[in-house]
Amino acid sequence: MIQLQRIEKVYRTDRIETVALAEVNLAVAEGEFISIMGPSGCGKSTLLNLMGLLDAPTKGTVQINGSPIATYRDREVAAIRNKEIGFVFQVFHLVSDLSVLDNVQIPLLYRRMSNGERRRLAEVALDRVGLSARIHHFPSQLSGGQQQRVAIARAIVGRPRILLADEPTGNLDSQMGDEIMALLKGLNRHDRTTIVMVTHDQQKADQTGRIVRLFDGRQVN
Amino acid sequence: MLTHYFTLALKVLWRRKFFTFISLFGISFTLLVLTVVTAMFDNAFGPGTPEPRLNRTLFVDRAVMYGPHSTWTSSAGFKLLDRYARDLPGVERLSIYEDERTVQSFVGGRKIRSALKRTDDEFWRILDFRFVEGGPFGTEDVKQARFVAVINATTRQRFFEGHPAVGRTLEADGQRFRIVGVVEDVSEARGAPFADIWVPYTTAKTDAYKREIIGGWHAMALARDTALMRGIHDEFNSRLLRVELPDPKGYEAIVAPFETKFENFARNMPTGDRKDPESQVVRLIGALVTIGLLFVLIPTVNLVNINISRIMERASEIGVRKAFGAPARTLVGQFLVENILLTLVGALIGFALSVLALRALRQSGIVAYAEFSLNPRVFAWGILLAIGFGFISGVYPAWRMSRLNPVDALKGGVSR
Repeated sequence: MIQLQRIEKVYRTDRIETVALAEVNLAVAEGEFISIMGPSGCGKSTLLNLMGLLDAPTKGTVQINGSPIATYRDREVAAIRNKEIGFVFQVFHLVSDLSVLDNVQIPLLYRRMSNGERRRLAEVALDRVGLSARIHHFPSQLSGGQQQRVAIARAIVGRPRILLADEPTGNLDSQMGDEIMALLKGLNRHDRTTIVMVTHDQQKADQTGRIVRLFDGRQVN
Repeated sequence: MLTHYFTLALKVLWRRKFFTFISLFGISFTLLVLTVVTAMFDNAFGPGTPEPRLNRTLFVDRAVMYGPHSTWTSSAGFKLLDRYARDLPGVERLSIYEDERTVQSFVGGRKIRSALKRTDDEFWRILDFRFVEGGPFGTEDVKQARFVAVINATTRQRFFEGHPAVGRTLEADGQRFRIVGVVEDVSEARGAPFADIWVPYTTAKTDAYKREIIGGWHAMALARDTALMRGIHDEFNSRLLRVELPDPKGYEAIVAPFETKFENFARNMPTGDRKDPESQVVRLIGALVTIGLLFVLIPTVNLVNINISRIMERASEIGVRKAFGAPARTLVGQFLVENILLTLVGALIGFALSVLALRALRQSGIVAYAEFSLNPRVFAWGILLAIGFGFISGVYPAWRMSRLNPVDALKGGVSR
C-alpha cells in the first residue's frame, strides 16, 4: 500500500543542514495498523508527512499503490491525497469559522458531487464518530475529545484507504484518548482502513499491529 | 462549493472587523471616485437624449490656424463651415450652430441670465430633443430670419413661472423672440445640444460672421453610416488645404477636423496636439489609463498587504485544505472569490456613496442641468471595475498562499 525506499530528508538553511531522516525503508501493507514511536525530534512526523505526500523526500522514493509519487504533478498528488489518504492531527486543525458539518465536508469540496450528497456523507461520518447531535456546533463549542472526533470524521468522510494520524491522542486526557483509539481500531478492523499512527504513548502503540521505532532519523529495531 | 466559499468569506470578514473596515474603506472610496468620474464621462459622451445617434455624429469644435510664428486657436468660423463642410459625401445631415453665449433678460425687475445658442433648422433634425410644448423652428424661419425661439423647461419656469410658453415672447440679448417650442433641460456636459434658448442663427445682430474663417461656430454632421465617418473626416481635411487664409503671411494652414465628441475632447486636452488633424484619442486614453492606474495603485498595494496578512493568518486552514486534496489552483480560486466578494461589498458601499456624491454634484450647479446618475451603464462599469480591482489585489496574495508548503502551513505559515 505504502512503500518507502531509502528515504532521506534533509532540511537546509544558509548555515545549517539538519538530517531529519536517513536510510528509512518501510512497507505498509493494506489493512495494517502500525505505530511510529521515538523521542521528540527523531523524525516521526516528518516520516508521516512523507507518507501523506505533504512533503517530498530529499532522496529515495515514496510509492502509493505501487506508483512512484516523485513524477506526479501538484494536481495529481492533490488528487491522491484527496481520494486515498485521510489525516488526523494532534491539534485537530479544525477551521474555527466553519460548523462541524462544514468542517467535515472539506475533503469532499474537491470532488465532483452535489451539495446534498456532500452533506449526506458528512452526516454519515459524524454519525460514526457519535456526533450527529453536534453538526451545527462550532469547534470552539466542543471539548478536545469531540474536536478530535470531528477531525476523524473529516479524515474518513471521503472513505480513504489510508489514515495517517499524528499523535491523535496527544492533546487529550486518557479517557478521551481511549475513545479515540477505540474509534481508530474500529475503522481498521471493520473498514480495513490502513492506519499509520505517530505516538509517544507505549500503551497506545501496543494496541496496534506493529511498531516502527525511530532514533535520530534512523529506523531502529 | 461557491456557497461554502461565500459563507466562509463572510465569517472571516465579520471576525476581522478592523481589517474588513480598512479594506472596505479603501475599496469604497476608490470606487466612489472611479464611479463619479465614469458617471461624468457617461453624461458627456454616452448616447442619450437628445443624442441617440452619437455613434455616427461628427463635430467640428475646434480650429487652429498656425504659421511660423503664431497660432490662433478658436472654434471654427461660419464661412469655413458654410463653404467647405456642406455636401460632404456620406453626410446625411449637417448643422451649423454658434457657441452658446450668456445673455441677460429682465423680468419683473429680476435679472435672468441664460445661455443662448443660434442654430440652423437641421440642428433639430440631427438631435432628438423631447418637446414638452410646441416644436422646433423650421427652414423658413431660418431663411426669413424670424425672431422665434425654443426654450428649455427651466427657462419657461424662470420667465413664465411654469405656465405654457408657446406663443408668448421673451427678450434676450436685446431682441424679442416668440416662443415656438419648449424642450426638456439638456446637461451642459453634453456640449453641442446645450442651451437655455435656441434661436435661428440668421437673427444675429450683424452678418459679419459670414466672412469669418475662424471663431464662434461649430458644425455637426450625421453620417449615413458609421463606416463613412473616416471618409467624411478625410474629405473635409483635404478641402481645408484649399482654404484661403485671411493672413497668408502669418498663417500657413488651418486644422479643424470632423471628429467624434470624444475625439474632440481629446484634442482639447493637454495631451492633444491641436495641429495634428488625426485623432488624439490614443494619447488621451494612454494618459487616462496611467492616471487611473496610479490612482488605484496605492489602495491596491494596501489591499494586497492586508490580504497577505489576512490569508497568512489562515495558514492552518490552507494546510488542512492542501492535506485533504485541494490543488493550488483551486485554493487561488477560493481566495480570489473571497476577495472579489469583499470588493463587491465595498463596491455596493461605494455605489451608495456615489449616489450621494452625484446628487451633491447635480445640486451644486457646477454643470448646468447635469444628469449625473448611476444608470445601468455606469453601474455595469462600476461592477467591472470592482471585480477587476478585487482580482488584481487578490491574485498575488492568493498565489503566494497557494505556494505554501502544506507542512509549513499546518505549522502556521513559515515559508521554506
